[in-house]
Amino acid sequence: MDISDQFPLVQLVDGEGKQCEENSHVTVENAKRFYEHMTFSRLFDQKAVNLQRQGRIGTYAPFEGQEASQIGSALALEDGDWMFPTYRDHAATAAFGHSLENIFLYWKGCIEGCVPPPGKHIFPPSVPIASQILHATGTAWAEKKKGSDRVSLVYFGDGATSEGDFHEGLNFASVFQIPVVFLNQNNGYAISVPLERQMNTKTIAQKSLAYDMPGVRVDGNDVFAVYNETMKAVERARSGNGPTLIEAVTWRYGAHTTTDEPSKYRDQSESERRRERDDPITRIERFLKANDAFDPEWEIKVKTNAEKRLNEAVSEMEKTHKSDAALMFDHVFGTEVWPVQEQKQRFFHEGSEKA
Amino acid sequence: MSIAVNMKKMTMVQAITEALKVMLEEDESTLVIGEDVGRNGGVFRATNGLFELFGDERVIDTPLAESGLIGTSIGLAMNGFKPVVEIQFLGFIYPGFNQLITHATRIRTRTQSRYTVPLTIRVPYGAGVRAPEIHSDSTEALFTHIPGLKVVVPSTPHDAKGLLISSIKDPDPVLFLEPMKMYRSGKGDVPTGSYTIPLGKAFRRRKGEDVSIFAWGAMVRVAEKAAETAAKNGIECDVIDLRTLYPLDKEMIAESVQKTGRAVIIHEAPSSGGVGSEVITIINDTSFLYMKAPIKKVTGYDTPVPLFTLEDDYLPDEKKVVRAIEETVRF
Repeated sequence: MDISDQFPLVQLVDGEGKQCEENSHVTVENAKRFYEHMTFSRLFDQKAVNLQRQGRIGTYAPFEGQEASQIGSALALEDGDWMFPTYRDHAATAAFGHSLENIFLYWKGCIEGCVPPPGKHIFPPSVPIASQILHATGTAWAEKKKGSDRVSLVYFGDGATSEGDFHEGLNFASVFQIPVVFLNQNNGYAISVPLERQMNTKTIAQKSLAYDMPGVRVDGNDVFAVYNETMKAVERARSGNGPTLIEAVTWRYGAHTTTDEPSKYRDQSESERRRERDDPITRIERFLKANDAFDPEWEIKVKTNAEKRLNEAVSEMEKTHKSDAALMFDHVFGTEVWPVQEQKQRFFHEGSEKA
Repeated sequence: MSIAVNMKKMTMVQAITEALKVMLEEDESTLVIGEDVGRNGGVFRATNGLFELFGDERVIDTPLAESGLIGTSIGLAMNGFKPVVEIQFLGFIYPGFNQLITHATRIRTRTQSRYTVPLTIRVPYGAGVRAPEIHSDSTEALFTHIPGLKVVVPSTPHDAKGLLISSIKDPDPVLFLEPMKMYRSGKGDVPTGSYTIPLGKAFRRRKGEDVSIFAWGAMVRVAEKAAETAAKNGIECDVIDLRTLYPLDKEMIAESVQKTGRAVIIHEAPSSGGVGSEVITIINDTSFLYMKAPIKKVTGYDTPVPLFTLEDDYLPDEKKVVRAIEETVRF
């Protein structure tokens, strides 16, 4: 038997919107909640790409197509839990309560965009691939040491599984039975490099076997399945039963970033085919229609509300032209350290001379 | 420095164990974490006995993975703990370098102090103990160049304890370099109980009017011996043990060279791009017009540290330093 056979793709609602098996999370109420978050996320993503095209923010990493993987997992967390995103996980961070204005500010080149709202443990997007896996493991380890039931959830892509930090993080979590959920979004490409050049294993989920932890391969465009599996993993972690590796199989429609041209390394008509056949938002729409619960007026209301929230966030973001230069100097150390202090004074002195 | 009543004679490695014990007792959030730090008491026995006293929730043996060790300790530090990581040799820290330079030292800035990393990384370093390959690196300059990191190097048992306690109490990441050659090279008076030595402050080991000598770690002893020899020839050296390499003690460096007008800097690290060059920058910025002679550096070579049959040839020694002192005086 092939090892990958132990990790079949878990699905609760298929691409046609048809429920595949009984599950208490597959409800019209949940469908509407997911739909609202995912529709909002997609509009956010499109807005961000447009802002970049207009030169109002810098380079941006779009996630369109991956909304179900992010929303389904993010909604399984509670306040007090820790979220460690990559630079492509703003659907997740926004759903978990990040400030939209700050997410935009980050891409506008303003460090204050990294700061989560008070009381929310949302880490700044990690740029070095897989490195955040260890921080999620460490913060969750701290929760375990404190005797709390808080957990960490960390996002990373398929390319990240080639990095040492992925393996070191899973190993530490396994050895110390740390309450962390490893949420892999396998979108098939690490920039241009396809999965089969990234690994010789057929699945990412099977890598859990090496660390003797539960692993599952889930249809990452089925928000119900992602939610259900993440809830199970979070519950396992909360109740002291250690880490889980989840592989959510998905697809990014667009480019790696706004500076990338995907047609150079893959057939972009595949994205169009998938949009038609397998879109995560369309799937919920189909599910709701199959249950006679899709109201076009509600859909318009969801979109109008989303646009309104986004426009407000953009207006807030645009009030900041650039960061206050003091922010560059003031948080390097918690104590006064003369080279930084001197350089700051010189910077502002020279600045005032220029003025 | 707080007043300490009793003194005890001990080696540097014992003083380090004492500092860890003080902090484990004083602050419940302190953790000692690393490879072989538990039952084995560390490869140099710097954590000897701590596992028995504090148990494996506080003194933690981890898998053999430096990035994993530093990366998870960052998470522990962001969430209420003060991990004191032991990396066995400086030459073994490089797999964890990414965690140090892209995360540990940037998290305060990136989150505008919402999250901070009160993390101490203890690492034995330096040559001169006939160690195997890659065990003798002195690459402190790689770390002093990282914004957000303090780099501390004691040269005596007394300083090792006080500086380590300060490093653990510091709110930011500190790289604490322990000169292997000094670990057991002699005993010194160490106050019992808790005391701190401020980071960023150098210490004058010998007072003199003719030449300033700047050194740290095992090179302080070399500087002192050279100063004794020079004194016999009528040259009085001001020997400054820098103790912290970032931030450097600008005041003491300036004060010393403004008095002597001459400087010799000793480090066992390669010459190019070393911390010695930064000391020269400070002298240039603060004391250019006081200088009577070009500043001399006595350093290791721009070569990998050789295997041990050549390490004495590689390292600065008393003879090389005395020659440099005489050259600056004769200039």
